[in-house]
Amino acid sequence: MSVLVFTENWDGKFKKLSYELVSYASAIAGMMNRKLTAFTIGRTGEEELKELGRYGADRILSLVNPALEVMDNRAWAKVIADLAEKEGSKVVVFSNNMTGKALAPRVSVRLKAGIASGVSRLPVSTEPFTVYKRAYSGNAFAGVVIKSEVKILSLAQNSYEIIEKPTGAIPETVEVEVDPSLAVTTITETHKQTGKILLTDAEIVVSGGRGMKSADNWAPLVELASLLNGATACSRPVSDEGWRPHEEHTGQTGKIIAPNLYIAVGISGATQHLAGVSSSKYIVAINNDKNAPIFEAAQYGIVGDAMKVLPKLVDAVKTLKK
Amino acid sequence: MKIVVCISNVPDTTTRIKFLEGNASIDTSGIQWVINPWDELSLTRALELRDDPASGVKTVTVAHAGPASSEPTIRKALAIGADDAIRVNCEPADAFFTASQLAAAISKEGFDIIICGIESSDFNGSAVGGMISEFLGIPSVSSVSGLSIENGAPVFTREIDGGRESLKVPVPCVAIVQKGIAKEPRIASMRGIMAARTKPVRVYETVDTDCLTEIAGFEKPAPGAACKYIDPDDPARLIELLQNEARVI
Ligand SMILES: Cc1cc2nc3c(=O)[nH]c(=O)nc-3n(C[C@H](O)[C@H](O)[C@H](O)COP(=O)(O)OP(=O)(O)OC[C@H]3O[C@@H](n4cnc5c(N)ncnc54)[C@H](O)[C@@H]3O)c2cc1C
Repeated sequence: MSVLVFTENWDGKFKKLSYELVSYASAIAGMMNRKLTAFTIGRTGEEELKELGRYGADRILSLVNPALEVMDNRAWAKVIADLAEKEGSKVVVFSNNMTGKALAPRVSVRLKAGIASGVSRLPVSTEPFTVYKRAYSGNAFAGVVIKSEVKILSLAQNSYEIIEKPTGAIPETVEVEVDPSLAVTTITETHKQTGKILLTDAEIVVSGGRGMKSADNWAPLVELASLLNGATACSRPVSDEGWRPHEEHTGQTGKIIAPNLYIAVGISGATQHLAGVSSSKYIVAINNDKNAPIFEAAQYGIVGDAMKVLPKLVDAVKTLKK
Repeated sequence: MKIVVCISNVPDTTTRIKFLEGNASIDTSGIQWVINPWDELSLTRALELRDDPASGVKTVTVAHAGPASSEPTIRKALAIGADDAIRVNCEPADAFFTASQLAAAISKEGFDIIICGIESSDFNGSAVGGMISEFLGIPSVSSVSGLSIENGAPVFTREIDGGRESLKVPVPCVAIVQKGIAKEPRIASMRGIMAARTKPVRVYETVDTDCLTEIAGFEKPAPGAACKYIDPDDPARLIELLQNEARVI
């Protein structure tokens, strides 16, 4: 009768979002007087798994089977639904990241469990089970009542505090059964950059828009991001023009991010852009048009020419670091 | 090979969303309804494949679960170039209900590739595509940013953290797509608009399914604090505020 949380691992490692998830699921387990079981799929070391116990996981499972090496949505969803059934779980929590979006809906159908995706707060009540989720691309929150016996939630990244609650749980490795006819995904090629802060993980993001004027003007923006240990992003026209790579496009049709700090340089603040960044804790706007809508979304603003302001900001951060 | 693209009917993305008294439902007066942006891009890619004789894609159908009042959005998809359409006559009440209705109609007609957008811009559920695949018991590929057909079989590009990979799954399958699938949405030509009037829309009645969720109401995000302006000649002040007031650096 546990609450179940799926903590994905990246080459055997967890990251900040994994601990946010466990903290969130642990709080729900608390509300419902249940134990929390956290599980991952695929190889992870004992020490790494133990970390999940620091944030409230009462049981920690590592599900293994060679057929799960490649993420096949159908095969993985079956394994997760089987575990939820075995555990008699009433709530299953995912991240609302790419993997969560791939798996949670399939698990939902298998368990006939209603889903609330993109939640950022705890349920307001568990009887009836009501939880608020992001809707209308950041323009509203919808209160969703999940009526099914089993509930599925997926948590927006960087929306819930990590809370320490050590349990001392000892991780268990579980050999699971996989129907080989379900795992049919074959990967033919992989391109992966390592060592770069991912835009979706970054706590600080410095983003440029059409006001940056050309691909050649990006050096001070990139420098500012790197001095702040942040990632770089851009508005859609910038990636459409090819000034910056497509992975950096944020907004309704690009990446949806929620960093602690979003610095928007030469971005007008169109609703479609804000849809992807409005959950940022702080927004700084740098724009030479004092009437640009971005200032309505920002907490700090500089009305000025980006080309003049950026180098000064870079200097100010360098001075701070000294 | 036959492709079906599931399309959702959503408020134009520039709409200022307002709620009716008690925040129980959205105020639909004056809203312009459009094809969900990702579905429009999916349709564009599907049509590009159909228009390339080497791909082996013969037809592109659009499928929509919704009432008769969403016909203009379906006609728009036909005007852009879809060959025909399916509409399941219902109020799409929640993702589970909607997906089961679409899955039932899709399985009656039979398709090789079913394409859905990663989310609809109204409810941001990211659920319908994945649910359809599970209802049909077929493979799904999510975070798809590229689709091509090689030797009669689909090849997908899937976005992963920090990169992308190419992969294959056998048909029939569901592709859940995001940015990258097509560059610009195709727009309807005058000839397309004329032709759309007579293209077939097959209407299905609903199959028996439950809704598993309900909307209790909406909330507007709390308005943020008013913007504090900093002298453009003194950006060090901004850094100081970010460090000592916001405490984010
Ligand atoms: C269906 C749909 C989906 C969309 N999805 C997205 C999306 O996901 N993401 C997205 O970003 N957009 C999206 N858009 C586009 C969106 O509507 C805007 O067109 C876009 O966000 C504008 O980008 P921008 O702010 O960089 O450019 P602009 O609107 O051109 O703004 C440039 C800004 O730079 C300022 N500026 C100019 N020169 C300087 C200078 N020297 N110093 C400082 N400031 C300067 C200007 O004052 C202006 O405010 C979408 C549109 C549609 C229709």
